[in-house]
Amino acid sequence: MKKMVEIRWHGRGGQGAKTAALLFADSAMSSGKFIQAFPEYGPERMGAPVQSFDRLSDEPITVHCGVTSPDIVAILDPTLMATVDVTAGLTDDGIIIINTPLTPAEIRKEMGISGKKIFTVDASGISKSTLGKEIPNTPMLGALIKVSGLLDIEKVLDDTRKKLEKKFRTKPELIEGNIKAIRRAYEEVRGER
Amino acid sequence: MRQKLAITGNEAMAYAMKQINPDVVAAYPITPATEIVQIFSQYVADGEVDTEFVAVESEHSAMSATIGASAAGSRAMTATSSQGFALMWEMLYIASALRLPIVMPEVNRSLSAPINIHADHSDTMGARDSGWIQIYCENSQEAYDSLIQAVRIAEKCLLPIMVTIDGFIISHAMEVVETFDNKEVQDFIGKYKPAHPLLDVKNPITIGAIDFTDYYFEHKRSQIEAMNNVMPVILKIAGEFQKTFGRNYGLFEKYMLDDAETAIVVIGSTAGTAKAAVNNLRKQGKKVGLLKVRVFRPFPAKEISEALSKLKAVAILDRSAGINAYTAPLFTEISSALYTQGKNPKAVNYIYGLGGRDIFVKDIENVYKDLEKIAITGKVENLINYIGVRE
Repeated sequence: MKKMVEIRWHGRGGQGAKTAALLFADSAMSSGKFIQAFPEYGPERMGAPVQSFDRLSDEPITVHCGVTSPDIVAILDPTLMATVDVTAGLTDDGIIIINTPLTPAEIRKEMGISGKKIFTVDASGISKSTLGKEIPNTPMLGALIKVSGLLDIEKVLDDTRKKLEKKFRTKPELIEGNIKAIRRAYEEVRGER
Repeated sequence: MRQKLAITGNEAMAYAMKQINPDVVAAYPITPATEIVQIFSQYVADGEVDTEFVAVESEHSAMSATIGASAAGSRAMTATSSQGFALMWEMLYIASALRLPIVMPEVNRSLSAPINIHADHSDTMGARDSGWIQIYCENSQEAYDSLIQAVRIAEKCLLPIMVTIDGFIISHAMEVVETFDNKEVQDFIGKYKPAHPLLDVKNPITIGAIDFTDYYFEHKRSQIEAMNNVMPVILKIAGEFQKTFGRNYGLFEKYMLDDAETAIVVIGSTAGTAKAAVNNLRKQGKKVGLLKVRVFRPFPAKEISEALSKLKAVAILDRSAGINAYTAPLFTEISSALYTQGKNPKAVNYIYGLGGRDIFVKDIENVYKDLEKIAITGKVENLINYIGVRE
């Protein structure tokens, strides 16, 4: 992996953008990476645009400033793209992963994005069918793992299962649901041809 | 078992508190330190600690109850930030003058007005002469390690101690922290034997008596002496910590400083960002270095002056303002130390990051650029500078 990878998550307050960043960092740590995960703390309200960030590296990370030029942007809510400049600071070969049933080509046309690598996954749809409600952040992890190639999916699933078993001792259906959601998003995320 | 955890600064502080297992914690929530006592109160509710948790109605009461508990002879802790810390003010001086070894995590946050919840050092810098030992941490690992050492330092010196992290930047950011086994921590801090517990009814004492022109000065003199004796204790306990746990802590950290021609002095999380700037500039062959102040009280004047003595120019970065028509606290201390030690590198003050204003690697590289110019010309054009503010 390149020296340090930076990821920016876009979501709406209450959608789990912070949790997604923390979960991804936690998985990355379990895979032996050095990590940082932190949300942007503004006047956050339910539904307001929010951001959170990850840093991953094979070496200790000392910087404690914000992420301004991410390598990857993950978007939990596609409606944000109309009002928030989600590509800000992203290099021309930067990666955008969007939670949407649309294809990357459709998104590119609709949003008028040139350059960048666009990937899409129907994380909301996957979470509805595997968890019974719309929690797009868990499946987005699967998509991010596939697209970034930074972590081993089987290792992450093993690790996630162990953590969920501790957390949801009385709700085994949530454990299986989450695991299935991550795996499906890993398999179903689409790039451009 | 030692384990690596992905946790935030607040979680690291709370986890260390759990392993310290104090007798009493009295606390009141305040952003961004709330999680520390919130998580700790969960440990209490789950029976994971033996602590008596006192949910008080204000920070003034939090410090008062902690003082009472400590005077009674218990290992007592609290945690706070910013306005809460400010509300503790009069009790801070009482804790230190009564020589009570209270340990307090403090999350650095700006002071109102205007209302702001983000990081700067205005809160604890204001209390720099309150008689508390102050340790500022760069990251969560340092916070965890320092809080464990703080218990020993406070109890050996009979002085209260605060261990600080930058609000949100560290308190709410997840990083990798190596944690120790409960027993290892307990073995390291040892059992608390209070020197003069109020509850020792066989040896009754008076605490906080009136002390006018007859003895007040002598008691203050002895308090000053107590602080004079702290530095060797910090170093001794840091040495034992290194032997047991492996990581090395001093009064300050030198980073690429020994052969440097110019350097930055900084406190807290920005030191980490500045290290990245040093690495970038070193790759370009620039002889730049960094000194991170960890222990600000007591102030290692002689040691810091010595470490900076060979520099051509040094920039002192302050995350709090003096608002005194002169310089900010860290600069004032360091320039005074250099003067009294007869060291004379060109020194310049930068104020940054008030109210959480971010500071980037590029900003710090620009400071080194300014220093290079000062080193060449030998002239300081602006003694006081600001990073990232709109004028």
